Amino acid sequence: MPGLGTSFGRGGATTAQQDLANSDAILIMGSSMAENHPVGFQWVMEARKNGAKILHVDPRFTRTSAMADMWVPLRAGSDIVLLGALIRFVLENNLDFREYVLHYTNASVLLRDDFKDTEDLDGFFAGWDAEKKEYKTETWSYKDSPTNKDSGSGHGGHAKDRGGEKSQENVYEQDLTLQNPRCVYQVLKRHFSRYTPDLVEHECGIPHEIFEELATAFCSASGPEKTAAICYAVGWTQHSDGVQIIRSAAILQLLLGNIGRPGGGILALRGHASIQGSTDIPTLYDILPGYLPMPFFESDSGSLDDYLKRHTTEAGWWSNFDKYAVSLLKAYYGDQATERNDYGFNWLPRVTGDHSHLGFWLEMNKGKVEGLFVMGQNPAVGAPNSGLERKALSKLKWLVVRDMVESETASFWLDSPEISRGELRASEIDTEVFFLPAAGHAEKEGTFTNTQRLLQFHEKAVDPPGDARSETWFMYHLGRRLKEKARAHSSPRNAPLNALTWDYPVEGILAEPKVEEVLKEINGWNIVDRKLVSGYKALKSDGSTACGCWIYSGVFPKPDENNARKREPKGRYGHGWGFAWPSDRRIMYNRASARPDGQPWSERKRLVWWDQQKNQWIGYDVPDFTKSKPPDYRPPENAKGDDALPGDKPFIMHPDGFGWIWVASGLKDGPLPTHYEPLESPVQNPLYSEAGTNPAAKKLENRENPYASSPDPRFPYVLTTYRLTEHHTAGGMSRYLSHLSELQPSLFCEISPELARQLGIHTGDLVIIATARSSIRARALVTTRIRPIHLDGRVIHQVALPYHWGYKGLVKGDVVNDLIALSEEPNVRIMETKALLCNVLPGNSRTTKRKLLRARFPDQTKTTDAPAERKAS
Amino acid sequence: MPSLFSRWPLIRQITNRADGTGPEAMSPRTQSLHTRKRGAQKSRSICPYCGVGCGQLIFHRDGKLVSIEGDPESPISRGHLCPKGAASYELLTHPQRAQKVLYRRPLGTSWEELPLEQAMDMIADRVWQSRERTFVEEKDGQVVMNTTAVAHLGGATLDNEENYLIKKLFTAGLGMVCVSNQARI
Amino acid sequence: MTVTAFLTDSTLCIGCKACEVACKEWNQVPGDGFIWSGNSYDNTGALGHSTWRHVKFVENGVTPGLGGNSPEAFSWGFSSDVCKHCENAGCLEACPTGAIVRTEFGGVFVQPDVCNGCGYCVVACPFGVIEKDEQDGRAFKCTFCYDRQRDGLHPACASVCPTESIKFGNLDDLRAEAHGRIEKLKSMGFDDVQLYDPVDSSVAGTHAIFIVRGDPGTYNMPPKPEVPTIYLRKGWTSAAIASGLMLAATLFAFLGGRRA
Repeated sequence: MPGLGTSFGRGGATTAQQDLANSDAILIMGSSMAENHPVGFQWVMEARKNGAKILHVDPRFTRTSAMADMWVPLRAGSDIVLLGALIRFVLENNLDFREYVLHYTNASVLLRDDFKDTEDLDGFFAGWDAEKKEYKTETWSYKDSPTNKDSGSGHGGHAKDRGGEKSQENVYEQDLTLQNPRCVYQVLKRHFSRYTPDLVEHECGIPHEIFEELATAFCSASGPEKTAAICYAVGWTQHSDGVQIIRSAAILQLLLGNIGRPGGGILALRGHASIQGSTDIPTLYDILPGYLPMPFFESDSGSLDDYLKRHTTEAGWWSNFDKYAVSLLKAYYGDQATERNDYGFNWLPRVTGDHSHLGFWLEMNKGKVEGLFVMGQNPAVGAPNSGLERKALSKLKWLVVRDMVESETASFWLDSPEISRGELRASEIDTEVFFLPAAGHAEKEGTFTNTQRLLQFHEKAVDPPGDARSETWFMYHLGRRLKEKARAHSSPRNAPLNALTWDYPVEGILAEPKVEEVLKEINGWNIVDRKLVSGYKALKSDGSTACGCWIYSGVFPKPDENNARKREPKGRYGHGWGFAWPSDRRIMYNRASARPDGQPWSERKRLVWWDQQKNQWIGYDVPDFTKSKPPDYRPPENAKGDDALPGDKPFIMHPDGFGWIWVASGLKDGPLPTHYEPLESPVQNPLYSEAGTNPAAKKLENRENPYASSPDPRFPYVLTTYRLTEHHTAGGMSRYLSHLSELQPSLFCEISPELARQLGIHTGDLVIIATARSSIRARALVTTRIRPIHLDGRVIHQVALPYHWGYKGLVKGDVVNDLIALSEEPNVRIMETKALLCNVLPGNSRTTKRKLLRARFPDQTKTTDAPAERKAS
Repeated sequence: MPSLFSRWPLIRQITNRADGTGPEAMSPRTQSLHTRKRGAQKSRSICPYCGVGCGQLIFHRDGKLVSIEGDPESPISRGHLCPKGAASYELLTHPQRAQKVLYRRPLGTSWEELPLEQAMDMIADRVWQSRERTFVEEKDGQVVMNTTAVAHLGGATLDNEENYLIKKLFTAGLGMVCVSNQARI
Repeated sequence: MTVTAFLTDSTLCIGCKACEVACKEWNQVPGDGFIWSGNSYDNTGALGHSTWRHVKFVENGVTPGLGGNSPEAFSWGFSSDVCKHCENAGCLEACPTGAIVRTEFGGVFVQPDVCNGCGYCVVACPFGVIEKDEQDGRAFKCTFCYDRQRDGLHPACASVCPTESIKFGNLDDLRAEAHGRIEKLKSMGFDDVQLYDPVDSSVAGTHAIFIVRGDPGTYNMPPKPEVPTIYLRKGWTSAAIASGLMLAATLFAFLGGRRA
């Protein structure tokens, strides 16, 4: 989450779900929280009971909208227009929390004179390299700060989760009057000056008075006495400018003083049990555990020292980078990692290209990938342009799929649409496929990291059935075999494999590795006596400690103290239940909950404060600050690391200790967010004629991944995809369950009554939804919950599809992701699924089936007060 | 015989002076009714679906699952679950749950069964051969040490420890750089 | 023994259907087929032998910008329905085999080992709750999680509900809580909110009460639920009068004849 990472310093939700109960207003946008996180939503309901205003912005009226005080529909893909207008609303009406903004954000910092804005360059920020199609970010730096050598190319986006590239933002000049035209505040003000209520009305389709009402409701719930929170999910991220949408929210929350305070914050809602965990301990190509960047070919091909110098900052927490990197290498390569061989740094592979999911899949489609492991993911249904994804699978030499059910991915050669349409023939597919059954959560132990960075251990209750095994088992025993092979061949390429420590004890008749031993390695220990370290502050750069993921250090500080397993919640934030990284802090940056002098902004919003008697920070949460550093601390000259940060700078990961309204380094598509149209859009960008879409995004356009033009008469409607409460993602954990399948047995397409009338479609009709990539069939669900958007007298119709179905399971349906384009947002390389162009056509409209259905079920355009149908039984 | 006679509802109603709709009309099964989880073992778990992280209690007896419910002590979920979390018992016990290793040979048109250990050996062989064929140690005198021809996908549904071993073996051990998962936000 | 009840507050319901699933998981109720209705998000239709909790979805028109369960514009309503466990329970009164009993908690429980599937209860229920499973042959409905209550636990649906829209507890306490909640909601501008608690009807009160907005009829809650057995007294009286008259007529015929 580089949006949050660059803004605040850490790529994780800043708050905890329970803390939403303390909010005075909650803006839910880019998420249908009641549907996709129903149990987390109880805290929103709690806030509502306490009188908080719940605001839901979404193209669809969902179960979340039904619970909100206000639902604001907008054109899918116009999010930054609305958020930019909220930022402008704050600035124009002087609603910013001035003391917070002055002391805790970089609003007062002066920028370079040669920086040019998108407003000057018709949609481009300064530094655009039209040939390479990427930015040189030098001019984005603070005025007078040493030039950042990193051009913005090279490191992938997830490394930015750590809060910017190594840079020198600790050197800066301020104007505390905020009047200097080159200070961030004034640049911001000019940048968003065109984001007027008029623009909102014309681009989002939100009338003036509704915008005013929304803006007033949110902004009036912020200040010393009040706080407002923002919740988002993939409705923001799955856009070609997703990271910048999140950045807009971060700027808004910094201006209103809502970060680090109770009831404030930005809550990123994650869709999988350990999706936060899988970026913290990444199964991603561009980072190592704890957001250490993977070494890149050429730029990191030198010595360990070069790599450490490149990524260790002078000031702020990342001055400890070397300790975490060396300790990781010691955890990986054990005794073989020595000072003499750079702790095995040159055994680590170098990143030589775009190895993200979409990047390597295109290579696979060209036949350049031999083998693939798929574990607990179902790209044949869940990935964008899944038709292309499935075809690419047929070009592998071998495929290993591990899942709890025989997924569509495992059987792509047997019953995929390509096979049934005759485009592929099983007898011609060369791929060797291994399907291995996987253990479920109750059949293995381990930790999940939830949406609020909380590590929770789950115990094993029973053995997995038959041949089903955990991934721990699979990886351990596969590694054992491979190490065996490597032992016989001592070539340089086998050196890392030979050095890799792999001595996990196993237990039981299944020879299951002891999971807590792995967790201990993640926590870290002293090499000399294997004594577990108490936390990341104990880690060293001299090779005397090993630690598998520094941000998790402290989870297992003593042999019998697995903090993720703790089940004794106490206090407001449930300390004593699980372990939140870092150091069990539940609300990050909570130093900001106190004034610069260390006292609470208000009694009502008290969280962490300076205790003058005890001379330390105390409060309801673990202070996210050096405990004994007084509020009036000023760093001596030449101070390094955390000591170089004053006592009133809460964002300790950043070299300047500020929350970043302006991101000087770390993002690939701009220091500020700006509105770009989706890669497929029914309208032209009203702001820029040159760069209408995000110039740094990759369309990956080719014959198999074509795009509609913007606009395109063939595809006049906006399509957005979504999830339902009753199903889970690509369906592997829901479509096989009778109790869930019966609740949503069929793929359907939500269409407004206006569009339905225009097309002669009724609820229950089969319709064809077509995009430039593919077409699918679904049942029409005509409902007033979908509304046409009016832009300047023009009507934009939006249609919505849930994407859970596939060609296996108790309930089947066409694969919605066949419609989506492979595309890459520049920072995290995520695809755009929330706004694209489609057409809707009546399909099989004269069949008996439809007539039967229409006879059986009342049309949704009428009020549904007809007696409910007795179900067939 | 007399006992059978005395259990006859009408007789019980008369003797108990009840109206025949209360305990007197209860069958022995009803009278001894109790939950099936009584006396079962309890494991503390976390819901495997979304990122909320609801607490779950897993009741089991003799190596078999009995029921899965919300954990009332969880400070996040307070004992509640959504429909998916509430269906966790079926998730683990439904009849389509895979239990056998399946193998599809090149150009094959159907699945075959394979012993697990043999499958593990074969997979290790495939990884080894592909890596041997495609590994690059250096380019222009600079370190590469990777293979881009063996890839991995998945992780957001797995445990941290599992992801740790995947990254450690695949990337730090084998030099695989094409490693990705659902989490790219 | 405490007299227990459900209070289902539809103003807190988010339509997630966790109650439906938790009920089925705990009570091992089979699935009831995969038929898409096109009726909003409701695909289980109604309460029946294989659906003991059912969430109804009511879509009304939307006023742009004023969405939600807000006082101004009610747009998408959800309410979880369940067996009412009537004080005068039609099913119980109609059951000829003694299969349906009243528990010590006040609930109405169908004993599956006694039920012979005659189906008299089905027509006797004023809410259309109990239903016969034609394949199995017996009638089923919500058990009020009698087994769980016996073990001191709350019913599965009430335990699971993410937003505590389904509350479980002592009937009188819940009734008091409901009145307080309604006051609060009214003060927030929810003028159309009301308590469905049919005490003054032939069912003489229920063990499942509801807070709903608008007309309870929308949620399958009749204003005056009628237990068919209330007509029994009238029926018996008419029969008695009729037989008396017939007797009189007969006597009259005989005596009158003799006189003639």
